[in-house]
Amino acid sequence: MEKIISFTLKIWRQNGPKDKGHFDTFQMKDIPGDTSFLEMLDILNEQLVSEGKEPVVFDHDCREGICGMCSLYINGHPHGPATGATTCQIYMRRFNDGDTITVEPWRSAGFPVIKDLMVDRSAYDKIMQAGGYVSVNTGAAQDANAILIPKTAADEAMDAASCIGCGACVAACKNGSAMLFVSAKVSQLALLPQGKSEAARRAKAMLAKMDELGFGNCTNTRACEAECPKNVSISNIARLNREFIKAKLKD
Amino acid sequence: MWLSNSSIGRKVVMSVTGVALVLFLTFHMSMNLVALFSEDAYNMVCEFLGANWYALVATVALAALFVIHIIYAFWLTMLNRKARGSERYAVSQKPKSVEWASQNMLVLGIVVILGLLLHFANFWYKMQFAEIIGDHFLGEFGPTDGAAYIAYTFGCPVYVVIYLVWLLALWFHLTHGFWSAMQTFGWSNKIWFERWRIIGNVYSTLVVLGFAVVVVVYFFKSLC
Repeated sequence: MEKIISFTLKIWRQNGPKDKGHFDTFQMKDIPGDTSFLEMLDILNEQLVSEGKEPVVFDHDCREGICGMCSLYINGHPHGPATGATTCQIYMRRFNDGDTITVEPWRSAGFPVIKDLMVDRSAYDKIMQAGGYVSVNTGAAQDANAILIPKTAADEAMDAASCIGCGACVAACKNGSAMLFVSAKVSQLALLPQGKSEAARRAKAMLAKMDELGFGNCTNTRACEAECPKNVSISNIARLNREFIKAKLKD
Repeated sequence: MWLSNSSIGRKVVMSVTGVALVLFLTFHMSMNLVALFSEDAYNMVCEFLGANWYALVATVALAALFVIHIIYAFWLTMLNRKARGSERYAVSQKPKSVEWASQNMLVLGIVVILGLLLHFANFWYKMQFAEIIGDHFLGEFGPTDGAAYIAYTFGCPVYVVIYLVWLLALWFHLTHGFWSAMQTFGWSNKIWFERWRIIGNVYSTLVVLGFAVVVVVYFFKSLC
């Protein structure tokens, strides 16, 4: 039997980065359990538009958990109550009839609110531009046996590369630190031969950019990896620390 | 200087001073255990460590470690609160894998400092400090009669409770601090993370138990 629920939505409204925000409350009636969280917000917005009110602004794009655009801090968790899933992969059947669902934007000095639930995550792009690439052209895909890469290294690099840069780690972190993101982006290249040669320069440049943009200092609370929709591990942070300290000791 | 102007550098300073302080605690704890076996031997240790030049040099180095660790702790907390932004979440839930200690290291550290001040008043002021200024009658006993001071302090149940609470705070502080330091040094991965955590828990438990057993034994001795 399909679950159909009615619930209260408490949604953060804010007109701009300088504006003092507040919560708006909406009653949602008879929402089918198979509705995704973002579809539910679409339903809300259509109601608001038809009533002549301003719709709620929120980020979204692919709606299949790979683009990293959706954000939303739902009931005290980035990307909501599920683990290993983005907001767009949450379905309303997770919630119960009569619930109050609180939806907030990512809150961090590094991610200022643009409007309502949408935050400016271009700081991540700036960190990537600081060194999250290989500067040599590696050409077309080569024969798999030309450069042998251990399976364990390849697996770890792939796990690090699964980071979609959504910013949930910063949103979850009590220190507003972007270490999980930076470490994943450093690791995905440092583990592979094409990226290894620039590993030291990359770690230094990306970390310096992260510090400059006002993200916090990692205190190893592990909230980031617990909330990461892609289950990126803090072992990447250890690798970033290692690369950075080694690079600094060599200087 | 990367140890002050990069986030990892600042954490490295916390880790190095933290690990050094753990080593000091280990040494201090082993010294205390001597009192359980022989009070004369314990007083010999007190004499050996009094106001001799090597003890003073070590004390100054130790004080520097403490001061650096504490200053960095407040500095990091300030930076992190700023990075967190002014707006707080209305609803927030702690994920299961997040240790309580890891989010309260500063509070636990402050409890440790408060306990330390009491400890200075109970022991250090009457022992090493009395020797340094050459006034041997600051306390109830001679400055090298450590065993008498232990018996005197832990004969009082209020001090026993305060010291045990202090040690509990220290235990929480160490269980997070130990593996966190290794993680900051980069000496960790998926396998070693679990190992460091277990090693850290066992080690901090042993150190704290070593301290606590002296307190408890002397309390029961005072009852008889």
